[in-house]
Amino acid sequence: MQGDARGAPLSPVPKDTQARGVTLRARGLTRTYGSGEIEVRALRGIDLELATGELVVLLGPSGSGKSTLLNILGGLDTATSGEAWFLDHDLTRASDRDLTRYRREHVGFVFQFYNLIPSLTALENVALVTEIAVDPMTPATALGLVGLGDRLHHFPAQLSGGEQQRVAIARAIAKKPSILLCDEPTGALDSRTGILVLEAIETIHRELGTTTVLITHNAVIADMADRVIVLGDGLIQQTRRNERRRAASELSW
Amino acid sequence: MRALDRKLLRDLWRLRSQVLAIGMVIASGVGLLVMSLTSIEALQDTATAYYERYRFASVFARVERAPQHVADRLAAIDGVQAVTTRVVRNAVLDVAGFGEPVIGQLVSVPERGEPALNALALRQGRYPRAGSPDEAVLSEPFAQAHGLALGDHLQAVLNGRWRRLTVVGVALSPEYVYTIGPGALMPDDRRFGVLWMGAEALQAAFDLEGAFNDVSLGLLRGTDPEAVVDRVDRVLARYGSVGAYARDDQLSNWFLMNEITQLKTMARLLPTVFLAVAAFLTNMVLARLVAVERSEIGLLKAFGYRGRVIAWHYVKLVLVIGAVGIVLGWFVGYWLGLYNTMTYAEFYKFPFLLYRPGPGPFAVAALASLAAALLGTIRAVREAAALPPAQAMQPPLPPLFRRGRLARYSPARWLDQPTRIVLRQVGRWPLRSFVASAGIGLAIAVLISSMQWLDAIGHIEDVYFLQAQRQDVSVGFAQVRTADAARGLARLPGVMATEPIRAVAAKLRVGPHMEREAVQGVPARQRLYRVYDASGRTVDLPPGGLVLSTMLAQLLDVGPGDTVTVEVLEGRRPVLEVPVAGVFETYIGSPAYMEIGALNRLLREPPSVTGVHVRVDPREREAFFRELKAVPQVSAVTLRDAAIETFRATMARTLLIFVSFFVVFSCALAFGVTYNTARIALSERGRELATLRVLGFTRAEISYILVGETGVLTLAALPLGIASGYALARALVVGLQTELFRVPFVIAPDTYGWALLVGIGATAASVLLVRRRLDRLDLIAVLKTRE
Repeated sequence: MQGDARGAPLSPVPKDTQARGVTLRARGLTRTYGSGEIEVRALRGIDLELATGELVVLLGPSGSGKSTLLNILGGLDTATSGEAWFLDHDLTRASDRDLTRYRREHVGFVFQFYNLIPSLTALENVALVTEIAVDPMTPATALGLVGLGDRLHHFPAQLSGGEQQRVAIARAIAKKPSILLCDEPTGALDSRTGILVLEAIETIHRELGTTTVLITHNAVIADMADRVIVLGDGLIQQTRRNERRRAASELSW
Repeated sequence: MRALDRKLLRDLWRLRSQVLAIGMVIASGVGLLVMSLTSIEALQDTATAYYERYRFASVFARVERAPQHVADRLAAIDGVQAVTTRVVRNAVLDVAGFGEPVIGQLVSVPERGEPALNALALRQGRYPRAGSPDEAVLSEPFAQAHGLALGDHLQAVLNGRWRRLTVVGVALSPEYVYTIGPGALMPDDRRFGVLWMGAEALQAAFDLEGAFNDVSLGLLRGTDPEAVVDRVDRVLARYGSVGAYARDDQLSNWFLMNEITQLKTMARLLPTVFLAVAAFLTNMVLARLVAVERSEIGLLKAFGYRGRVIAWHYVKLVLVIGAVGIVLGWFVGYWLGLYNTMTYAEFYKFPFLLYRPGPGPFAVAALASLAAALLGTIRAVREAAALPPAQAMQPPLPPLFRRGRLARYSPARWLDQPTRIVLRQVGRWPLRSFVASAGIGLAIAVLISSMQWLDAIGHIEDVYFLQAQRQDVSVGFAQVRTADAARGLARLPGVMATEPIRAVAAKLRVGPHMEREAVQGVPARQRLYRVYDASGRTVDLPPGGLVLSTMLAQLLDVGPGDTVTVEVLEGRRPVLEVPVAGVFETYIGSPAYMEIGALNRLLREPPSVTGVHVRVDPREREAFFRELKAVPQVSAVTLRDAAIETFRATMARTLLIFVSFFVVFSCALAFGVTYNTARIALSERGRELATLRVLGFTRAEISYILVGETGVLTLAALPLGIASGYALARALVVGLQTELFRVPFVIAPDTYGWALLVGIGATAASVLLVRRRLDRLDLIAVLKTRE
């Protein structure tokens, strides 16, 4: 990534390579914060492959390293050692500029606390991202996908928590990202609203085939994944594949 | 140390750059106030001590010739403690190596012992010895300007005869703190000096044996000088007195007091503006600082801290910030005050300088600043402390934004989202935005009003010296001469044109108002020294009646058509009723003019002059000066070029320095406002900006939002600054008017330009500083924390 990316912009990923193969790959990934006595080893060696179009749920208690892993995969943080690859781009050796471009062109983020811009309407919050994306859908289409076609001109303060989170999802996917990363997207919501949000994520995944990683500590949610990865103590403790994915609407907690 | 105090220290450390920026603003207000107040104090203390130690007289009078015994009658006046009679005359001097004529004021000192009044502060040497008519003590600035030392010689024309004088002493005198020659506006120590000589020598030289032409009186404490002036006038009227006057009207003291008055006005106006701006800013910044602390305040309350304890905690924070500014301002102010006083000492000559500022100015400045800072804080703290803890700990509800009406119009649709964020942010809190803009605007305004001085001075130079005056040299005579004298001058080499002037010492009375002002008779149409209205037209004098400067008309409370009683103070001393024929505006002094023929007729005298304005061929200047030195009765010579040069040099040494202080302070102010605005914008917008970074916005793109907001506020501040700068300059010009000097209200376009540039520059600098913090935004924390 370093060599070519500085000059030419990252090219959009061709559709045919998206069809199958590996979108994200990590080898021996470690992340250490601080040093000496106060050294915290958040990741102690992660090997991972995310297949294109896969929906993966990362489970684990707090402090297990799942957010650190997500941050490195999303280009928000850099690994201490090991490798992380997005297609053929090396994320561990990318510069800050390259990572910014990576996030801008290929990653969609959904956060626990929505992080909408309060001074922009739902439509404008989505437009914020589409304006800088390469081949985005229109903001209205994105909002339609999450079922908010009738709330385009509402400001965040005029929307419920679930609606705000769905705006955040629309904002994340409007650029047609290669990867959608969701960090506790239902963490701040009650179960009924949480399920609405998960349904939106499910719809996006189905319609766009976006590789999706979803962090949660709610084991029930794991049932909607293709694959469940359980993290503990900075290591992958367990990986299991769901025989049958349950629809978000069937979940309850 | 208690936990709360430890929190205080950490908070202060965390906010250190903001603390410093606010401190700078407070410091500029405090510094200016301290500077002005201490300079005033120093000048007043020094003058008082000087006057007392060297027995500066309280009443002065000049006569043509009075016999010595008249002094006894003056001494008998109630309240008079001491009387000193003297001979005082102006004479042309010739100093080796200086071609132009020099005017010396010759002042007699007693043959033996020190004068009872107006003693000399001898810097070197001694008083002239009894019976040594060629010994002279020189005024120090004059000696320095010509490099004259003890034992050196110079020539003087005493009653038409060249005399060689020997320098035996160098001195300063309380009478000549501000030494200006006849007809001059500013001290020019190369062309005018004071020489003290033995009484007998001067009496003999000017035919005043057993007589005097100048008298000074010392008064008992508590005596009203005006009452004494009236009595003195009655005694001296028949000896050709042009009127006694009290210390207030003594030329040197009048200039000095004028300066102090001007300084006082300055001290009242400018630091007030700075302090007000500082208060305003402190208020704004601290209120928002405390608002950010809202959840911590809720937490403290939840722990059981009482409202008062919490309030005190924040008050301490503000006190520390205020103290930083105040102490900084004290040092700056002390130093500038000393510097300022020393600059004054270049023009006002004292043998010593008392710069011992008392605690007063420091206390005043500190109290004013602290009060302003606290006022800003207390409201915000009370608002935070009044909330129930549970509510305070919650973040405030997200503000409800609205789509502006403009957003529905089609051009608004082209705006990109970042621009929209900026505009909505500004529009959502119009008052807060206005306050920030007003702060920047005021900084610009202060800048305009200080730089306006330079424009005004340039304008005065242009109007007063370049447009109004076309003569090269003005010559004054010791006594009234017939018009032949003017014709005599016209025959000197190189003279291309002459124009007579007849100045008559007079008291002008209208009802209860009285002003001592010479009436100047000049031709109806002046070619050389023109009666020039500030609006740029020459004033033609009507065949009868007075044409007054607006200042004099104001002082006498008259207008065209009114009548002024003119008490002439020379010759047969007629009292005349003269109508006012017109008024005109001038920046300097408060002159009164009349057509010279009409004035001569009114005085029932043949065509007479007291001076002549001359235009000289530049190639024959030296020859002209050589011959001029031999012309009898010359008591004043002023060169226009030299006057302009002195004016420029003086302004450069005083005003330019003064203005540069204000420019520096204004920059500090502008920077203080913009830096804090940008920092607050960052702290409020940090989360949004980090979110945008996560979404793939580059640093440049999020900087745009931060810069945009501060930029919009600055943009709005520019017209605000121009408008308030205009108003402030106007107020200052009116406030600083004195009898001597009116500052014209002129603002050059480039002054606006520079002020705006400084405002924009300060914004750019602070935004750049704050922008560096964007690089350190914690992107991950933002995902994990609630607002």
